[in-house]
Amino acid sequence: MAKTPKPDELSKIDYTPPQTAWTETPTVYKEGVWCFGAKPKNLETLHFPNPREWRVVDEDWKLPENWQEIVLNGMKERLDKYRSFRVFMDSCVRCGACADKCHFFIGSGDPKNMPVLRAELLRSVYRGNFTLAGKILGKINGARPLTLEVLKEWWYYFFQCTECRRCSVFCPYGIDTAEITMMGRELLNLLGLNIDWIAGPAANCYMKGNHLGLEPHTIVGNLEYMLDDIETVTGIKITPSFNRKGAEILFVTPSGDLFADPGTYTCMGYLMLLHELGLDYTWSTYASEGGNFGFFTSNELAKRLNSKIYAEAKRLGVKWILGGECGHMWRVLNQYMDTWNGPADFLEVPKSPITGTVFENAKSTKMVHIAEFTADLIKHGKLKLDKKRNDNLKVTFHDSCNTSRGMGLFEEPRYIIDNVCNNFYEMDELTTREKTFCCGSGSGLNAGENMELRMRGGLPRANAVKDVAEKYGVNMLANVCAIDRAVLTASMDYWVPSVKVTGVHELVANALIMKGEKERTTNLRGEPLPGMEGQE
Amino acid sequence: MPSIEVDGKNFDVDEEGYLQDWQEWNEGVAKKMALDDGLDLSDSHWEVIRFLRDYFEKYQIAPMIKILTKEIGKTMGPEKGNTKYLYELYPAGPAKQACRYAGLPKPTGCV
Repeated sequence: MAKTPKPDELSKIDYTPPQTAWTETPTVYKEGVWCFGAKPKNLETLHFPNPREWRVVDEDWKLPENWQEIVLNGMKERLDKYRSFRVFMDSCVRCGACADKCHFFIGSGDPKNMPVLRAELLRSVYRGNFTLAGKILGKINGARPLTLEVLKEWWYYFFQCTECRRCSVFCPYGIDTAEITMMGRELLNLLGLNIDWIAGPAANCYMKGNHLGLEPHTIVGNLEYMLDDIETVTGIKITPSFNRKGAEILFVTPSGDLFADPGTYTCMGYLMLLHELGLDYTWSTYASEGGNFGFFTSNELAKRLNSKIYAEAKRLGVKWILGGECGHMWRVLNQYMDTWNGPADFLEVPKSPITGTVFENAKSTKMVHIAEFTADLIKHGKLKLDKKRNDNLKVTFHDSCNTSRGMGLFEEPRYIIDNVCNNFYEMDELTTREKTFCCGSGSGLNAGENMELRMRGGLPRANAVKDVAEKYGVNMLANVCAIDRAVLTASMDYWVPSVKVTGVHELVANALIMKGEKERTTNLRGEPLPGMEGQE
Repeated sequence: MPSIEVDGKNFDVDEEGYLQDWQEWNEGVAKKMALDDGLDLSDSHWEVIRFLRDYFEKYQIAPMIKILTKEIGKTMGPEKGNTKYLYELYPAGPAKQACRYAGLPKPTGCV
């Protein structure tokens, strides 16, 4: 595997474009940038075409003989099916407003990572095959034939876009580059050209209900270890329920929270908060994944994986669904779920049993983000909080691309942090809210073998963190996304090692004064609370 | 497909060197992988590898780090129940190195 260059080397970025035109500049496939190809067993599990052993470095990618026909037919089908695809193929005026807004371009200097040019990789083939001008004028019209070189270039660059949609915020035509990447990836998947870091979790989710492939008894076992730790810290024994019919609320969170640090601390936060409220809720070992790696593959697969959430809500007979801290989960829930697998008429409009607040915004999907739910609790004075327990932290907040640009969730996490921490500092406003920078590893690009790409893509976000670390002494980066918790940890270790990463509900749980708790001396990580050093 | 040879037998591994089929594993595989990394496996290394194998058989996934440290602490003494100890044994990380030697696949998803 490629060795990742050191930060001082990596941050020397050359923005000089090549002397040759982009169509004449061959793509160099750099180790450390691409991810391993999908393993055949994962494609077979998903009933996807062309499962076979293949390696990116091999000349022969073992494609079906009629691969061009498959791709062009697939393109035609999608142009007819998705009006947005055709509009986005037709409407770019190449103004370049998007060019320097992409974290991968900023971090790599590679012109083909300018969103306009990344889209042009697909657009040129669209022109050559689906427009009259392109068919007649060819190259003059910016058309290209679909060659093997072009196809490989698609693969290389459509897995260098995290579908974060920051460029779309700045596009005067509102072109959604994520949708172009999604179409590009769909076409590649027709030939079995996925990456394994996406195909593996998707296959796990299809077979076992979650990306990690956690069996029901593993989910219960993992949570039990967390509950032991909660008891050690608070003296309170919590016994949540699983797959309980008749519960009022079904709770669904990304499986990363059930497995990987620091997400496990966020998960302990949910457990403590929901216990303290006495909420009538249940976990499910079937709908055990909020995230959706199918979404990074094709709409069809995303719909398939998503369907289990409503199915489980129906089976258990709950009234509504509460969702954990996740990023792309919420883009899917907020913008697709309702029409894919809804309407969920068998559920009720979510109403907080604690405050009586009716979540009108979730009237249709029947799913509420836990940040909305908790912010509402705080607003109504339903939580006893001791902010001082977080006084060792200087916190900043990273807006996840999908919760911010995909659902407009800006204020709730900030309101919560403000109420559970005394030291909260915002990053530069050009890097927050709808203008937030991607963590650098979203949309299934959080593999290990593409670490150089991840660190390059993570640079703009890390720069903004570094700025507040230097100005205010920020030492904790809060977020509401499981991919963020995993990948920002790596990115901070690399770029800003003084800063650690946390979910918002870890901060909540540390500040939460629970009924009958013992005097707390440590936080959930087992570190001494401020003023309790030497007493833990 | 890449493979490693142990006692005249070939074992398929993936591009990162993880065994393709965890059931094919034997102690020779772990020894060979360690040898290739310039590591001589001690009893302490084997304790971890055996725990990982047993856990995987029951749960079909590598244990989360919290479980690994707690259980190692229980069987080998509380002073060893921490990530520092595990990193001393396996410098590339218990997940990446110890799981690979134990023949387990790498966990995937938001991790």
